[in-house]
Amino acid sequence: MTATDTGPLFLVLLFPLLAAALAPLLTSALGHRAAWPLALAPAAAFAIVAANGGGVSAGQPLLFGFDWIPSLGIRFSFRLDGLSFAFALLVTGIGAAVVLYAGGYLKGHPGQGRFFSFILMFMAAMVGLVLADDLMTLLVYWELTSITSFLLIGFDHERERARRGAIQALVITGGGGLALMAGLILIRWATGLSSMSEILGSGEALRQSAYYVPVLALILVAAFTKSAQVPFHVWLPNAMEAPTPVSAYLHSATMVKAGVYLLMRLNPALGDTAAWETILPLFGGATLITGALLALAQTDMKLILAYTTVASLGLMIMLIGAGSETAVEGAVLYLLAHALFKGGLFMVAGSVDHGAGTRDLTALGGLRRAMPITFAAALLGALSMGGLPPFFGFLAKEETYSGLAGLDTRALILTGVAVAGNALMFSAAFLVALKPFLGKQPETIHHPHEGPVLLWIGPMTLGLVGLVAALGASFTHHVVSSPMASAVMGEAVDIHAVIAFHWGVPLMLSLLTVGLGIALYLAAGPVRAVLQKAVTGVGWGPDRGFDQAMGGLVRLAFSVTRWLQSGRLDFYMTTVFVIVAAALLLPMIAFGGLPTVPGVPALEFYEWTVLFMAAAGVILVLITRNRLTAIVSLGVQGFGVALLFMFMGAPDLSFTQFMVETLSVVILALVMTRLRVAVDDHRPWIQVVPDATIAVAAGAGFGLLLLAVTQMPFNAALSDFFIRHSYAIAHGHNIVNVIIVDFRGIDTMGEIGVVMVTGLAILALIRIRVGRRAPAMPDPTETTP
Amino acid sequence: MKSIIFRFTAPYLSVLMLVFSVFVLLRGHNEPGGGFIGGLIAASAFAIYGIAAGVASVRRALTFHPMAIAASGLVLAVLSGVLSLPLGDRFLTAQWAFPKIFGEELALSTPLFFDIGVYLVVTGAITSIALALEERDHD
Repeated sequence: MTATDTGPLFLVLLFPLLAAALAPLLTSALGHRAAWPLALAPAAAFAIVAANGGGVSAGQPLLFGFDWIPSLGIRFSFRLDGLSFAFALLVTGIGAAVVLYAGGYLKGHPGQGRFFSFILMFMAAMVGLVLADDLMTLLVYWELTSITSFLLIGFDHERERARRGAIQALVITGGGGLALMAGLILIRWATGLSSMSEILGSGEALRQSAYYVPVLALILVAAFTKSAQVPFHVWLPNAMEAPTPVSAYLHSATMVKAGVYLLMRLNPALGDTAAWETILPLFGGATLITGALLALAQTDMKLILAYTTVASLGLMIMLIGAGSETAVEGAVLYLLAHALFKGGLFMVAGSVDHGAGTRDLTALGGLRRAMPITFAAALLGALSMGGLPPFFGFLAKEETYSGLAGLDTRALILTGVAVAGNALMFSAAFLVALKPFLGKQPETIHHPHEGPVLLWIGPMTLGLVGLVAALGASFTHHVVSSPMASAVMGEAVDIHAVIAFHWGVPLMLSLLTVGLGIALYLAAGPVRAVLQKAVTGVGWGPDRGFDQAMGGLVRLAFSVTRWLQSGRLDFYMTTVFVIVAAALLLPMIAFGGLPTVPGVPALEFYEWTVLFMAAAGVILVLITRNRLTAIVSLGVQGFGVALLFMFMGAPDLSFTQFMVETLSVVILALVMTRLRVAVDDHRPWIQVVPDATIAVAAGAGFGLLLLAVTQMPFNAALSDFFIRHSYAIAHGHNIVNVIIVDFRGIDTMGEIGVVMVTGLAILALIRIRVGRRAPAMPDPTETTP
Repeated sequence: MKSIIFRFTAPYLSVLMLVFSVFVLLRGHNEPGGGFIGGLIAASAFAIYGIAAGVASVRRALTFHPMAIAASGLVLAVLSGVLSLPLGDRFLTAQWAFPKIFGEELALSTPLFFDIGVYLVVTGAITSIALALEERDHD
């Protein structure tokens, strides 16, 4: 594990970060044209990754990294194998296309530099996530993708819905991140494995572990939240509030696949068990059908695509858990195909919005003449998404069906679910790709126009790659798909699917899918009406559940705060002194630490006098009703104690005590005048008795503790040290002062820091005037729609 | 404050207390005293002056806000600790120098400046509290 190749592969991680740092400067200098130089960063990263393809396709994983926290055995390490290779290519390749697209889409937007910066930061996080080898490295990058996704969804932060979408995504994926952290720590704790390479090489260690079930549960929560599986899928459609480049990049091609990536990565170690092959198809299948049905209930192009993305993610999860090698191959091919066509289709939706001013299917039509290039790109994407030859989606679908088809009940159900889901997605694909472009142009659309080159180069490239990759399928498989599938299976796998006519069950299922899809497309209007009625009929969904949960959390926080922070000084004082008394007395009583009662000490006459003076001060405090008298009497008691310190040979302490007592009396008197309380204390007995009890208990606690401490045998080691070294090495005769400023200087530094902060806090409290309060915080539960 | 005697003597008293506070601060390393107690004396001086002559004249006399004085003390204390770092010692290690000025050996050390920092923090923080409490209806 010490073999470190710190060569150009590190640049893959660094280039996007560098570009993110430069983006605001470049954008203010070049405007939207900054997209061209900025796209060089992901393009260069793509080239570096691709250059390492030879070793990867030979099945030789490349490891690189360095020790991060050696004392905890945590490394900052990465692994380039078939799986991370394919993902890294997608992230950087589509990333370059998206950066270009964002240049056109946000042209003239005042926040464009910030946007470039965010999206390149996300790219850096995503590349790190798919390459990470060490588990903690993986976790850090996983969380970074959640945070950058939050920033990007909330990019248009002045809109309420964008903020809500961002918070919802952060809460759900962040919650999944916590589950991932727990899962990864549990893996390390239970098996001692600290990196993906070790886990993949550990054979049965995880499956045999007693903690297999909790580990699996935690990992699945992480993957399902990130990859938007039912019932966590709600954040993905709401994330469509982000600008379209974000939807194309994060929420279809890359980030939402992080969960799929995690399951693929851990498939050799966690998969092949009854739990794995039950839970994954169950959730995946449910997500596939739910997502595909909800897609057809929408009219907004982006929302249709968002829900089909949910469905596609469900299909991939289902395939990973289906349990056959061919099904995993299907998942691999589908993932590649989906990243290409869905990213492109999202950009098409954005271009239509840009050119025609709306994304609503019911208001769109006839754009083929005005936007021919966009139409072509849309068709390229939809043909692949519909799984028609000769596109990459066709290969994926064939492989899916041959991996699922079978005669037992489970296979029949899975096949049925896949056919239904694919048929629904087929019709959704062509709704997005045909409906806006065919038919008559509605009069509400004025001057539709083709976007600039920056807007169509991205979707066009992705669409063409989807075509070329399928035509040269054997090359694609050799370089990307087969190594990827091998990494997922943990053994060498060869994918053979090519565009060629071969009669069989998969083809028949494909024909069935296409037939159903066409029927659904033709009946799109009625289908949508029925689905929308069903959705409104159900009423409650996880989305509303999220609001209710958040509202409940806020209300809980309010009530807890109101209970703890009553704003009543007497309540605070009572709490503090009750706890002080309990903390002092209870341990002494429970563990038998009470001091023995000492005899009457032999004191000098003047010592008795001073003691009597202090006692008189205390008694006067108790019996007087006048508050000012009480304050001064307390000062008398303090002076008495200060005199005692003096007699006992502690001049520094005595000196300080004098000053503290003086200032206390002055400040207490000033506070009294300021509080405008009555001159006399008129508490009824019902209050005086409990207060007195608490005071006596706290005082007795302190007294007994001090007695107990003085009865301990005295250890002179420290005193001797200070006496010996105070002058010898610190040049000071006053040991107390030397301790304060030299031997224990860092304690003093903390103390004066506390004095400073306390002073500031008191100053702020004094400045508060009744009736000049800050405006009340709005209740956050009311602002969410 | 109505007492004429108090109003007349308070400025002299304050000045004496301030001088005494510096004296206490500087002798602290070898005799009873030090930055903390010196700071308390100085704060009392300002509080008395404030009661006698009004908060506004204290603030005018101080020039800086008492909290700024406290903050500068904290900075001074930290800097006196940082000084040992470039010399290869750990944070807050005492550094001593005994330069001869007019034939007298002067003991300069980072703990001295640290103690001055303590003095300033205590003076500034307590004075600002006392002054804020004294000015009631106008600020």
